[in-house]
Amino acid sequence: MVDSLFPNGIAPYLTGGILIGLGVALLYVVTGRQGGASTFFSSSWSWLLNTPFFRQPSLRGSRQWRLVYAAGFVLGGLIYLGLGLPQAPSHMPAWKLALGGVLIGYGARLGGGCTSGHGICGMASLNRGSMLIVLTFMTTAIITAWVMKALGVGA
Amino acid sequence: MNRPLDLFASLVAGTLFGFGLSYATMIRPEVVISFLTFDDLGLLFVLGAATGINMLVFQWLPRLRRQPLLGGAFEARPFSVDKRSLTGGALFGVGWGICGVCPGPALAGLGAGNTDLLIALAGIFAGALLHGLLEDRRNATTTAQLQS
Repeated sequence: MVDSLFPNGIAPYLTGGILIGLGVALLYVVTGRQGGASTFFSSSWSWLLNTPFFRQPSLRGSRQWRLVYAAGFVLGGLIYLGLGLPQAPSHMPAWKLALGGVLIGYGARLGGGCTSGHGICGMASLNRGSMLIVLTFMTTAIITAWVMKALGVGA
Repeated sequence: MNRPLDLFASLVAGTLFGFGLSYATMIRPEVVISFLTFDDLGLLFVLGAATGINMLVFQWLPRLRRQPLLGGAFEARPFSVDKRSLTGGALFGVGWGICGVCPGPALAGLGAGNTDLLIALAGIFAGALLHGLLEDRRNATTTAQLQS
């Protein structure tokens, strides 16, 4: 039973989750900020666009640290690669990445956060709204993945 | 707040986050999809550990200390759910279910050499842009209606 639910064991998942948690905790301990990932994709547009939405103080005021935080994500992946840790190439068709990407970007911003903003920070804050959003995107994601699988276009 | 130290902490925090995502193999869209189809539920431990640690930190730290290390205040995450944000959450889930990518793992996976994720990142940037522009249009319409 355990083997069939966790064919790759739980150690890498648990270790990875602890490191992610320590990253979010470090930002909070040092700066008091709750570091989700998706706002970066809005705040970055504020460097280029001067429209009312992208001019709002919450985006302009946070765009610098969010850019650095996001650079850290890339750096973390780079260090992982540099240490020669296992990384299999993925084979995801371009259309799925493009279509999924737009929905993810639009949905996360309209929904006020993603798996890290609502999933980690919101739930750690015991915010009921965040929990409801997590429940919502988990449900639609699971349904979508099963539909894709049934259509033969899953991973 | 000390700006260089603040940015340094942000970089280190992001690096830990990105390394953790890579270590958890969450940077591979296939792993996320196999979680969503219940073939490998390991990601529950990623979310559980990350959220669990921060539940302790977010709930206890403000009681133990008045301020973060660099001063300022412990920030809350102001969010109240409504029909529109639920729609956003639902759309995010559909996108996540289609390609198995989240915003954080897209960045970390790119660093780990998965250049295919550039397409997903371009999509996420485009989606965030679309959201911002539509918010402006919506606000303009609301203002016009209030004035008429």
